[in-house]
Amino acid sequence: MTFLSYLINGISLGSIYAIIALGYTMVYGIAKMLNFAHGDIIMVGAYVVFYAVASFHLPYVPAILLAMLLCMFLGVIIERLAYKPLRQAPSLAVLITAIGISYFLENAAQLLWSSNPKVFPSVAAGSIPLFGGELNISYVTVITVACCLVIMLVLTWFTGKTKMGKAMRACSEDKNAAQLMGINVNFTISVTFAIGSALAAVAGVLLCSAYPTLVPTTGSMPGIKAFTAAVFGGIGSIPGALLGGLLLGIIEIFSKAYISTQLSDAIVFAVLIIVLLVKPAGLLGRQIREKV
Amino acid sequence: MKNKGIRLTRTTRTSAFTYGLVIVAYIILRILIGFGGISSSLQGMLVPICAYVVMAISLNLTVGILGELSLGHAGFMSVGAFTGVTAAIAMTNGVPSAGLRLALAMLIAAACAAVAGVIIGIPVLRLKGDYLAIVTLAFGEIIKSILNNMYVGVDGAGLHFSMLTSSDALGLAADGKVIINGPMGISTIPELSSFTAGFILILVTLFIVLNLIHSRAGRAIMAQRDNRIAAESVGINVTKYKMMAFVVSAALAGAAGALFAMNFSTIVANKFDFNTSILILVFVVLGGLGNMWGSIIAAAALTILPELLRKFSDYRMLVYAIVLILVMLATNNPTIKQFFRKLFGKKKTEEDVSHE
Amino acid sequence: MSNMIPVKSDAIIPERDADKTPILECISLGIDFGGLTAVDNFNLTIGRTEIAGLIGPNGAGKTTVFNLLTKVYQPTRGTILLNGIDTHGMSTVKVNQAGVARTFQNIRLFSTLSVEDNVKIGLHNQMPYSMWSGIFRLPKYWSVEKKSHERAMELLSIFDMQDLADSRAGSLPYGAQRRLEIVRALATNPGILLLDEPAAGMNPSETAELMDNIRKIRDMFHIAVMLIEHDMNLVMGICEGICVLNYGKIIAKGTPEEIQANPAVIEAYLGKKKEA
Repeated sequence: MTFLSYLINGISLGSIYAIIALGYTMVYGIAKMLNFAHGDIIMVGAYVVFYAVASFHLPYVPAILLAMLLCMFLGVIIERLAYKPLRQAPSLAVLITAIGISYFLENAAQLLWSSNPKVFPSVAAGSIPLFGGELNISYVTVITVACCLVIMLVLTWFTGKTKMGKAMRACSEDKNAAQLMGINVNFTISVTFAIGSALAAVAGVLLCSAYPTLVPTTGSMPGIKAFTAAVFGGIGSIPGALLGGLLLGIIEIFSKAYISTQLSDAIVFAVLIIVLLVKPAGLLGRQIREKV
Repeated sequence: MKNKGIRLTRTTRTSAFTYGLVIVAYIILRILIGFGGISSSLQGMLVPICAYVVMAISLNLTVGILGELSLGHAGFMSVGAFTGVTAAIAMTNGVPSAGLRLALAMLIAAACAAVAGVIIGIPVLRLKGDYLAIVTLAFGEIIKSILNNMYVGVDGAGLHFSMLTSSDALGLAADGKVIINGPMGISTIPELSSFTAGFILILVTLFIVLNLIHSRAGRAIMAQRDNRIAAESVGINVTKYKMMAFVVSAALAGAAGALFAMNFSTIVANKFDFNTSILILVFVVLGGLGNMWGSIIAAAALTILPELLRKFSDYRMLVYAIVLILVMLATNNPTIKQFFRKLFGKKKTEEDVSHE
Repeated sequence: MSNMIPVKSDAIIPERDADKTPILECISLGIDFGGLTAVDNFNLTIGRTEIAGLIGPNGAGKTTVFNLLTKVYQPTRGTILLNGIDTHGMSTVKVNQAGVARTFQNIRLFSTLSVEDNVKIGLHNQMPYSMWSGIFRLPKYWSVEKKSHERAMELLSIFDMQDLADSRAGSLPYGAQRRLEIVRALATNPGILLLDEPAAGMNPSETAELMDNIRKIRDMFHIAVMLIEHDMNLVMGICEGICVLNYGKIIAKGTPEEIQANPAVIEAYLGKKKEA
């Protein structure tokens, strides 16, 4: 029974990683950059909900919608001000700029909201007893996994069937060609960042519901792990982000449970390394052959 | 051979400038220290600055010359710090001279970091681009995790070692000493480092790195960076030279780690984390990829900057972040670059035209 | 310009030395990519100082053959003998050390390095010294670097490029870049030089100069040259033997005259004659 409960915890944590990884992978696909500030947008989303609910007494769902809206806004502004001017620049320059944005967000949060830990109001309380009370699944877990599934389905439909989704895929393949076909590349990239940031807000709420301590650096480690998950699954691939995130969550929980809590991070990263050695482009990534 | 004379001078000129920069800075700082012209906080930063300079030069070898992004460089610094300090403590009775102990400790640190470089290099260098970067990040975190859970002690019988338990599990004799105490790190560090030692380490690092770059091996390393397939087609064993650059870079980072650690009374593994790796990467990118004197200046300036910004107190990291973003935009956006070129009246180069 | 490079065979130029081991022999060479057969039943022999041409329509598999010879791809079947030695299992690096050098369809220079350094990298295996000699500037470093410099300048002077020695390779005009690629390949002391579309983007006078230079290289270095080309003046002008490829298979082999008259070749390039 404990195995099952660990598995469920793993899937729950993995769902959060998957949602964050989605943001990384979509932005990477279209802008070919690793947005290191993504983890900090999660943190911003969580703080918005915290203050909306605790200080302004908004009901929960509007608070989440507000957070998503503000994060979308933030993501688009960051893209326009800091990443767009560097579209022709070497990728290392954009990486460092993203790091600068990350530092900026973390320090701004520290100034605005102090580094005293806040207790985050969970999205739901209580749990569902199963098997006559032997196994308890918290409502948070249910909501988290449900959110992840819904998001994945919606995004798969969106990128596959809608015009904007096709535009996003076209820009991922070849921005110049897409522009020549009449696609507004700037708008498409902004939409991608907006979606990614909205997802980050949702992930922030779910993360802090499960682990209620909120500080300005809350988003940092999950951001790194989700980034790892995105690469693990094959960077640029949406199903890859889901697979990578879930596997990472499961491996992390099982390592903590069966091997060692302190070494769980090391084990997670070690598994990543082994997988990449066997599949150098990630689990679902495509190996691009260089033409000689 | 008229050409040879002129060409040697051009590369030698940049190298001479780099050495000169370091030597002159050292002399000036020494004089200022003698006259009490440096605040004590700044004086306390001299050894860390030397360590960061060496870290930046060694990372530049990996990122700028070898051409691969490494996000786990602090891991090698960590290995060097812990092994170097352990060696220094273990040698306390065997080697009386402090300077010699420091030098030996740094050598041992470099050797251990080099071994780590080989072990990590074998899987890492098989990957490309972002995947390689992510694996270096992963290894950095693994090293941090392992060192956080390691217990090492020394007594009459030699070194004792244990993982994931506690210092009691080491089974030391009564006169034994715990060196590495799991997450508490090392708390009895012999503070052997000095500004002079740091200065010498920088010179040694420059000697090794600059000579490597301007040699046959350096050419091979840069060739595979520019075009791996072409390099193989002219018979360059790309794997060998990638390893060479990576391991030399790791060894130097290890020596820097030992110097850094022996400036403090305590260190913990968490100090050498992803944030430190990124910090060094920022030095390298700002100073210019492949540009060693740029790394030196960037490392020194950006380490001092937060100190100088102390007057902004709470806002200083925010200012640091904004400055970083603005500098990256200024140095990379073609429109802004064009603006500055027109301002200073330089001629347009072919590259600018092709980007218009 | 006397003996700069050790001579591999003592052939009397310009005759093909039929009594010596061919420099290259391909026997039933073939490669499949998944379900697609890119090259099949490729049989070719090239004499020690022969200038050979590999021609065919686009997509015929010519560069694939080069990639097989240089082990960018490992053959699915067949044998490649280099100087009588089976190159089975060799890597690109090993096969270059064994005597095959090439240029590329899309120029692959070390663009951030100088022209001279590009050539010196070609000399990497010819003039070695250890990493430690380099780091500690031992006497071997100084003596070998001096010799490398001299040899690089000699090689550059074949194409009259000595004055460009310090220029950044990436800043050279297109034609100079192509010539530099050839010099770099020559520096590796090959037995056979594979040129992939060396005249691409050249005007008639540059092409004529290239033809002279290829002959000059063959005469000076006593090596074989095989080139892929679409420019028929060049091919018919300097090749002693021509091999025609279509859909991965050889459709004709022979002298320029034989090839020009071959109906299968004409059909491959121009299509079937329309029925009246």
